[in-house]
Amino acid sequence: MKKYQGKGVYGAVATGKISLFKKPDTEVKRIRIDDTDNEKTRFEQAKTLAIQQLQEIYDKALKEVGEANAAIFEIHQMMLDDDDYNDSINNIIESQSVNAEYAVAVTADNFAEMFAAIDDTYMKARAADVRDISNRLINNLSGSISIENDSEEKVIICASDLAPSETVALDKNKVLAFVTAHGSSNSHTAILARNMNIPAIIGAGDEFLSEIKDGDEAIVDGYTGEIFVDPDEETRAKALEKQRADEEKKRLLQELKGKENVTLDGRKINVYANIGGVENIGAVLLNDAGGIGLFRSEFLYLENSDYPTEQQQFAAYKKVLESMAGKKVIIRTLDIGADKQVDYFNLKKEENPALGYRAIRICLTRPDIFKTQLRALYRASVFGNLGIMFPMITSVSELEKILAICDEVKAELKAQVVEYSENVELGIMIETPAAAIISDKLAPMVDFFSVGTNDLTQYTLACDRQNPDIEQFVDTHHEAILRLIEMSAENAHKHGAWIGICGELASDTSLTETFLRMGIDELSVSPTFVLKVRGTVRSIDLSK
Amino acid sequence: MVSKKVTVVNEQGMHMRPAGELAKAVKAHPDCEVTLNANGKTVKAKAPMQIMSACMKKGCEVEIVCSGADEQAVLDEIAAMFESGFGE
Repeated sequence: MKKYQGKGVYGAVATGKISLFKKPDTEVKRIRIDDTDNEKTRFEQAKTLAIQQLQEIYDKALKEVGEANAAIFEIHQMMLDDDDYNDSINNIIESQSVNAEYAVAVTADNFAEMFAAIDDTYMKARAADVRDISNRLINNLSGSISIENDSEEKVIICASDLAPSETVALDKNKVLAFVTAHGSSNSHTAILARNMNIPAIIGAGDEFLSEIKDGDEAIVDGYTGEIFVDPDEETRAKALEKQRADEEKKRLLQELKGKENVTLDGRKINVYANIGGVENIGAVLLNDAGGIGLFRSEFLYLENSDYPTEQQQFAAYKKVLESMAGKKVIIRTLDIGADKQVDYFNLKKEENPALGYRAIRICLTRPDIFKTQLRALYRASVFGNLGIMFPMITSVSELEKILAICDEVKAELKAQVVEYSENVELGIMIETPAAAIISDKLAPMVDFFSVGTNDLTQYTLACDRQNPDIEQFVDTHHEAILRLIEMSAENAHKHGAWIGICGELASDTSLTETFLRMGIDELSVSPTFVLKVRGTVRSIDLSK
Repeated sequence: MVSKKVTVVNEQGMHMRPAGELAKAVKAHPDCEVTLNANGKTVKAKAPMQIMSACMKKGCEVEIVCSGADEQAVLDEIAAMFESGFGE
């Protein structure tokens, strides 16, 4: 057995035979040509064909890995149409009286070098894109056909590197995994692998590539980045164990995907997902969440070195709403302070930050920040099904102020003839005991409640979330907390509002039945828990 | 000739997608030459690879220069694209 180490870009395990992916020979000879016009025509034809091929790959990728990841092939088409790139090729043909293949190869080298020289990992990785489109042109010019994996058996594809177009063009039904000797985790190949759900390892090294041969037995562990060639029994058994666990997860996913969140006796609830950034939307959709129950808007502030502009926020919210295509998206307004600090807010150091200047308290004392966010939210509201949620509410007067500011923002937008949706639901977090206790007064003012069990627990039990020494005193199932939730649920329903839970407790399946009996309408959990909660809901019978 | 200074707002800077969008928009106005001054470089805005070569990251200041037919309208359109983060 020999072990090689690379970097896993998609966590899954595969066992099977190695198949070396050999690139078509793209060695290009310099040939003197007298009829340069004919060469230019050949180049134009190869380019037209390349754009057509890329369109086909784009269509395939669109179905298999989604629009965001397929976009690369649209951009490759644009790169082929790049004026500089084209001028360079035509100039070389003309001025040096050479064949088109050679002109493309030289141009590719120049452009790839230009990208490789930029001091930025993203731009450096673009050299591979230039080579990819150029090789396609050269193949089209010289008529060599791109190779297919013709073996019947599923194999582990091993290559020096794989171009994005090669990755997508691979017949997924014949690929167990892929391993490349080079490549960066920033490359589109790595990104595509993740979206194709195929175990993948990059950067396994030249030694790996030179030592393996076609037909070698191997285990690819995308979790750890390890490749075992000719594995021993023990390694094999471990790999099988991991595969079984994966299969089990997949089975659960397949079985529960597309199913309703309904109990045995027919009670339906919504299971939504909690996310903290635009990049998590993929996970939301993959796990089949019915919507987003908590979108933490803090990331916009935490990732910035200054207050995010209305436009910046608008773009992010619009993207989420559009990606969710009409499904509910509940965005929580700024919740910083306490354990989440942002330098440019210049917040003072506090003795008791959890009880201090945070969340809605900042928003109400600095309405400029709050209004910027609300304007961005309302403007984005026309692109989907938006709910806005306010954190850390303790009183009716706070909520009155908030609603007045919302009306103000809407009136301003109307006056400026800026579109917004009239159907935006407004809700509050129930995360202070005060809010739960006066929930009968708060419920008539809003469309929904969402219980933040983490803060509700810390405030109700007077236990600091950050202090590990008191963990033994934190009973998350404490009757006081459950009573507060039940009280809030009753009051919400009495006044026509719905109620969800978006804290940690929502994914605690030992409480799912309790919550359903209280009448909770929605549970919002981290994307990976959506199907687990769905499974639990479907096993409960409330009539018993 | 008209010009305007804008700031890159895209999280990942002027990467492939926005560069492609920009080039596409500029090419729609063949009679107006659009160049960008950023990071001490001047690049043609109709060529996505040149745009990327200027390595404009988030927060980078870019001067858009338009010269030719409908230069003011083209300038406004391109500036708006930058400001809106190219729809991202």
